[in-house]
Amino acid sequence: MPGQARVVFMDRSSRIGLIVFVIALAVLALAPYWASRQVLRLLAEIYGYVALASAWNLLAGYGGLVSVGQHAYVGLGGYLLFALTMFAGVSPLWAVPVAGIGAAAASIPVAALVFRLRGHYFAIGTWVVAEVFRLMAAQVSALGGGSGTSLPAGIVIAIAAAREMREFLVYWTALAVTALVLGLIVGLLRSRYGLALTAIRDNEIAALSSGVSVRRVKFVVYVTTAFCTAMVGAVIFLQKLRISPDAAFSVNEWTAFVIFIAVIGGIGRIEGPIVGTAIFFLLRQLFADLGSLYLLMLGAVAIAIMLKAPRGVWGLLADRFMLQIFPLQRRIIQDSRITQERSHDIRQEASETTS
Amino acid sequence: MTEWANVVVQGVLIGGLYAMFAAGLSLIFGIMRLVNIAHGDFIVLAAYMALVASTTLGLNPILALVIVAPLMAALGYVLQRLLLNRTLGDDLLPPLLVTFGLSVIIQNGLLELFTADSRRLQAGAIEVASIPIVPGIAIGVLPLLQFALAVAVIGGMQLVFYRTALGRAFRATSDDQAVAQLMGLDNRHVFAVGMALSLAVVAVAGVLIAVRTNFDPAIGPARLIFGFEAVIIGGLGSLWGTLCGGILLGVAQGIGAHVDPGWQMLAGHLAFLTVLAVRPEGLFPKIR
Repeated sequence: MPGQARVVFMDRSSRIGLIVFVIALAVLALAPYWASRQVLRLLAEIYGYVALASAWNLLAGYGGLVSVGQHAYVGLGGYLLFALTMFAGVSPLWAVPVAGIGAAAASIPVAALVFRLRGHYFAIGTWVVAEVFRLMAAQVSALGGGSGTSLPAGIVIAIAAAREMREFLVYWTALAVTALVLGLIVGLLRSRYGLALTAIRDNEIAALSSGVSVRRVKFVVYVTTAFCTAMVGAVIFLQKLRISPDAAFSVNEWTAFVIFIAVIGGIGRIEGPIVGTAIFFLLRQLFADLGSLYLLMLGAVAIAIMLKAPRGVWGLLADRFMLQIFPLQRRIIQDSRITQERSHDIRQEASETTS
Repeated sequence: MTEWANVVVQGVLIGGLYAMFAAGLSLIFGIMRLVNIAHGDFIVLAAYMALVASTTLGLNPILALVIVAPLMAALGYVLQRLLLNRTLGDDLLPPLLVTFGLSVIIQNGLLELFTADSRRLQAGAIEVASIPIVPGIAIGVLPLLQFALAVAVIGGMQLVFYRTALGRAFRATSDDQAVAQLMGLDNRHVFAVGMALSLAVVAVAGVLIAVRTNFDPAIGPARLIFGFEAVIIGGLGSLWGTLCGGILLGVAQGIGAHVDPGWQMLAGHLAFLTVLAVRPEGLFPKIR
């Protein structure tokens, strides 16, 4: 008798993990009451990297779209925020999601172009797009051209009159955007697209032969990532209050660091970028004085991890101890009266399909 | 009229340099489906090696090639054997991320050793010598020499690829790695020789760029992008197509710069994007 089957995401570790996560979120939301200004700024910066690395992880780790040009959308988000507030009179905080939507719209024709490049060449194609965005931003004289501009005082005051309140609001926006990005990614991965994406991650040909519209799924992922990345970019430059083409479209800050974070933490797992960001900031606090040597070291660490432990630090931990913080892994419970659970690993199924 | 003709001529000449950036890139992609993100940084590395060679040994920069090219080739062979061969496989991520890491390592290593100051190689009187063609158009001896060298390098690669045993090995591994191995080829060695050849071409490009313009540790990625654009405009797998791609890119940049200095790079990128939109297989495709 074929029993009713249910798909279950939660397990014991993710139940505990989620509780810890929610508590952490609450503690962080109250940070303005317990943290100093410097700590608040550092935390907001950390949130930015968590969100950027998570978005890149969705794109490259799940979607197989290895982009080295995501700084295009960080910069676009920042510039859209400045343009929206200065020329359209949008309130600065509302400009953050609007900048995200604007960048998502811009990413549609970009995707149509860069998707023509296969695999490796796609990566460099995304970089060209970022260069084009940077050069075009430098041509906008109303936003200061190549030397950039500051957010006018009137707009800064529009966030909140008191400086302290302003910093709190920007901090909360940063936290909210990161929580939203993580929520969006978890939601996407739990949806039908998530199943298709996981299948693509594990074996693209197998996914294709199982009826997954690989192209459409990748398109959705690309546009979603652009939306997330641009919102983060908008928050980053709302905090900096100053923008210039070189800072907004910096390949080191918004792509190299982000990729290293994802690689070190663990590609293809949602917890990876969070762990990676923690390690990245720890290393930075310890070795930042070394300047360019520090970057050199970071590159070497990323290469070593890619070769020796391609699933990253979190991948090693999660496999060793069967951990998942976010309930993403699907398990099928066959029948309500049968207690036996069949662990249903999609990855195994995909590899069985090919062999 | 002569003004525009001049712009086109200069664009064609610099296009040869771009084609040389591209040739090494498309060579290793052809052989092992590897895109070397550190390609531009290797060009800059070669430029610095030429700088050191010519200042410490008092060599003419062009002669410094005799030292730089073998060194870069050896570096390519070792790098491929020890590092890059391990990244090859079905997964796209490892080769991309490892070469991306290399790019950051080379850039910051050079920054640490040579600071961010702009450098330039002095090549003597040849730098400013020029041949007048018609009134208003003069061709610099150095750019002409560079263009001729680029054509020679591409022609030489074409010969190696289609006329020698080594080229046969390259093409065989490119077509089917497993069968090539069954026929007694050692893929690891073939790949390493391919990378050595690629970096030898990079060395020539690096020395030329060092004589022609100012350079600093951060200019690598832009050279990678120019080379990549030339490859895609020309069409994958065709070396002469790559030369045409480089020339088209050079002319587009020249025209852009003539309209407005801020438009030089943008015009080149837009030419690339237009080709990608209208004719994604490139102008002279070989692989369908």
